[in-house]
Amino acid sequence: METYTFLRQLADSWGLLSMVLFFTVVAVWIFRPGARAAQNEAAMQIFRNEDRPKDDSDGR
Amino acid sequence: MSDAVKIAGWGLLILFFAMGANWGTDVAYRFHAILLMVVCATMFIWSIRTAGSGPKDPDGPVPETGYMDGVVRYGVIATALWGVIGFLAGVYIAFQLAFPMLNWDLPWTSFGRLRPLHTSAVIFAFGGNALIATSFYVVQRTCAVRLWGGKTAWFVFWGYNLFIVLAATGYLLGQTQSKEYAEPEWYVDLWLTVVWVAYLLVFLMTIVKRKEPHIYVANWFYLAFIVTIAMLHVVNNLAVPVSIWGSNSVILFPGVQGAMVQWWYGHNAVGFFLTAGFLGMMYYFIPKQADRPIYSYKLSIIHFWALIFLYIWAGPHHLHYTALPDWAQMLGMVFSIVLWMPSWGGMINGLMTLQGAWDKLRTDPILRMLVVAVGFYGMATFEGPMMSIRSVNSLSHYTEWTIGHVHSGALGWNGMITFGALYYLVPRLWNRPALYSNALVSWHFWLATIGIVLYAASMWVGGIMQGLMWREIDDQGFLVNSFIDSVAAMHPMYVVRALGGTMFLLGGVIMLWNLWKTIAGEGAARTQHVPAE
Repeated sequence: METYTFLRQLADSWGLLSMVLFFTVVAVWIFRPGARAAQNEAAMQIFRNEDRPKDDSDGR
Repeated sequence: MSDAVKIAGWGLLILFFAMGANWGTDVAYRFHAILLMVVCATMFIWSIRTAGSGPKDPDGPVPETGYMDGVVRYGVIATALWGVIGFLAGVYIAFQLAFPMLNWDLPWTSFGRLRPLHTSAVIFAFGGNALIATSFYVVQRTCAVRLWGGKTAWFVFWGYNLFIVLAATGYLLGQTQSKEYAEPEWYVDLWLTVVWVAYLLVFLMTIVKRKEPHIYVANWFYLAFIVTIAMLHVVNNLAVPVSIWGSNSVILFPGVQGAMVQWWYGHNAVGFFLTAGFLGMMYYFIPKQADRPIYSYKLSIIHFWALIFLYIWAGPHHLHYTALPDWAQMLGMVFSIVLWMPSWGGMINGLMTLQGAWDKLRTDPILRMLVVAVGFYGMATFEGPMMSIRSVNSLSHYTEWTIGHVHSGALGWNGMITFGALYYLVPRLWNRPALYSNALVSWHFWLATIGIVLYAASMWVGGIMQGLMWREIDDQGFLVNSFIDSVAAMHPMYVVRALGGTMFLLGGVIMLWNLWKTIAGEGAARTQHVPAE
């Protein structure tokens, strides 16, 4: 099969499907239970560590 | 040992560039060879002078504890300076269109060479330095770690600005591979690739070693920008050099494939350089300046994934009614229209962050700038999908309407949000209590806003007039106007546009002055914050 035909078919079948599925999973995932607390925490992240890095030795 | 290798390496490079200066087949190549020879000679002498001295500090290298802000400071200065240079070039070529004698009949000052100089100066020099500087600032604060890679960040800064100088001087000397926004020739492209990979490494590894569990959304946008630009740059610039001693190269993709690759690159340069990267700035600086978290973190995640999934397909709308297959044109159009949704989702997210804090707009000109930027983002991302509709595009394409659209996005969105970020950063980076003058920020704000309005309005009127004049036919089916008629009719609009650009430039000069005085530490006490009540 020529490259063009192969790529064209891949794009409008499995390629399209995988991207739509990925996006749908993301859109559902953000509403999972417990997400709100994690997201609020993430949104407040910019108000910490303004002047110097976090210096706890264990990292996370 | 390593000193010897370094000195020998610089020496070999000097030799190589000397050969290039001698054997180069065109002026731009030889000029670049001489320029690079001088750069390498400077580094050669510097390596000799510092050889054997070891660590400068008697206690060994300075312990790397704090954030790496030196490179951000340099980036901020480069952004402000390149910005004003780029605006000046734009104003000049705007006057050239109104008064063609300003071309001076010289190749180096002709519109054809100055126009890519302007676009590259504002997009890559101003916008690129702003993105590199702010991304380094934001990624450190949101990951709570110092930049990864020691001096690599400095290599990114100097390497990127060397790329800018090579590109700009190349254009003036007639070097171009004739691809819009990708004009630099093969060796300049290769250099940018090296710099960009270093940039990606610094940014990515800083995220990897972060001390915050979550990767803040601004970093997602910055990372998408860096990764996608790497991919676009490499694919669009695949070319075979004719000789190692000359500028010319042959592009890999022929005909309509070449056009499609170019506009896949071109539109995603807009989508990922001028949109995703600057959205990273929006998601950090607006919440910080408003002192409130982003309106909806959920929306920001949806915004991110929707934007990157859709933008990459929108390029074909630059090739309506060309040899590109109809299905590809339709695909580009449909995805451009769907893009409206994530764009406005992002705009709403930025604007609604001010919910309950709208009064701050009255007293805080920096926040006003940031918010107006998001407003222009919303307007430009409404206009863009509309212009991508084939029947609208048949009127707007090749006219000045496109130029007006680009500038309401570039001046309004990219320009304003960068100005806001610069005003935010300078007092913090130089440890000053406040800006030199908030009144001057207001002056800048109004000059820029009115300038954009003049620019966009004149180009709407002029562009639609051009489109209508070009398609006007009489009852016999003959075209009514010759092309030069439409050029002559554009004169008043060109003058208004150039005046609008001049106002925008003036605002930029005021910003330079204000930032300079702030850095110099003058008059910090003069700025009185009016309490918001």
